Amino acid sequence: MTTDEIELKALMLASLNGDAASHRALLNRLSSRLRAYYKGKLVRLGRGASDAEDLVQEAVLAIHIKRHTYNPDELLTPWVHAIAHYKLVDFLRRTRASFTDVPIDEADEIMAHDDHSDAESTYDVRRLMEKLPKNMHCAIEAVKLEGLSTAEAAQRCGLSESGVKVNVHRGLKALAVLIAREAKP
Amino acid sequence: MKTDDLVAALSTRIEPVNRRLVNWTMGIALLAAAVVALGLMLAGLGIRADLMTARALTFLVLKLAFAVGVVGVSSIYLMRLTRPGGERRTSSIRIMMPFAAIVLLAAVSLGLAPSSHWDEMVMGDQWLECLLSIPIIAIAPFAIIVAAMRKAAPTSLERTGAFAGLIAGGVSAMGYALHCTDDSLPFIAIWYGGTMLLCTLAGAALGPRLLRW
Repeated sequence: MTTDEIELKALMLASLNGDAASHRALLNRLSSRLRAYYKGKLVRLGRGASDAEDLVQEAVLAIHIKRHTYNPDELLTPWVHAIAHYKLVDFLRRTRASFTDVPIDEADEIMAHDDHSDAESTYDVRRLMEKLPKNMHCAIEAVKLEGLSTAEAAQRCGLSESGVKVNVHRGLKALAVLIAREAKP
Repeated sequence: MKTDDLVAALSTRIEPVNRRLVNWTMGIALLAAAVVALGLMLAGLGIRADLMTARALTFLVLKLAFAVGVVGVSSIYLMRLTRPGGERRTSSIRIMMPFAAIVLLAAVSLGLAPSSHWDEMVMGDQWLECLLSIPIIAIAPFAIIVAAMRKAAPTSLERTGAFAGLIAGGVSAMGYALHCTDDSLPFIAIWYGGTMLLCTLAGAALGPRLLRW
């Protein structure tokens, strides 16, 4: 077992228990590995590395939204890899590339390299959020972008506290769908 | 958008995660699927009148054993498919076992019977009703299982759809067994087995469209 697996799994377990700092460290470390992974794949498939950052963010969002599907009895690396690979295949299918030539890769590849370049995706989240229903928009903006507490967000958005939680959760999912649609051919 | 900003936003105010959510959701969905299939069968078709005779009970047990075997094995696979990468640990070959068993039994029972009876044993009285009822009743359980699966994260959508379809067909066949008066092994193998496979193919075709995330 690699030190990466041990460290990242520890972060994941803490994050599942609600530790925000661990969650942030986990997503940061995973995003640099995802960047290296996607750049490598896209170049090998003859596509520009510029799509890589879009994919990194889709995968990071997916890891966040689907983190409840990680089974702590299992290794983290194959779980992350499966999501990364799924998002790659989905991306290639969406952008009408042939996905028969997606190489079957090994789970370890996902942890193979780091790429810390400070990149920007083509997604404009603020603009995409305008498309969300008002409650979701308000809840995500208050809680996720401004860091208000659930109670403060509830007051601002005119929702109950559980309403805020539900709207953040559904809003992130809806945002992931919007981002996926945004990917240009 | 910068990835750092996305990570920062996602890490703001996070909640502890319920790790049992996926298993719970799927467990409840499977139970609900079976109950709904039974309810639809009772409402639409009703239980066969001669259920309490020895011959009817014997064949009910056989039909149920086949359907329960299929549902049981495929439920185990479906549970694995709820999590990313689950398909890598799933060689689906064991799902063939209930089918192989019923085909074998059907072949033996045909071999023991005079060939003049074969037509009756294979086609029964109600093959068309069986062919239509099992897939139609399976629609609602399929929808329930797919809805639950959307809360999970399957990364092999065709296979997940196929297993969802097979389970839906299986619970539907469990319900239909209480109504069906065709008591022969070849009939069970062809019409129960065939309709379940039909549901599997439909599920595989619908999976990528319904389960994408």
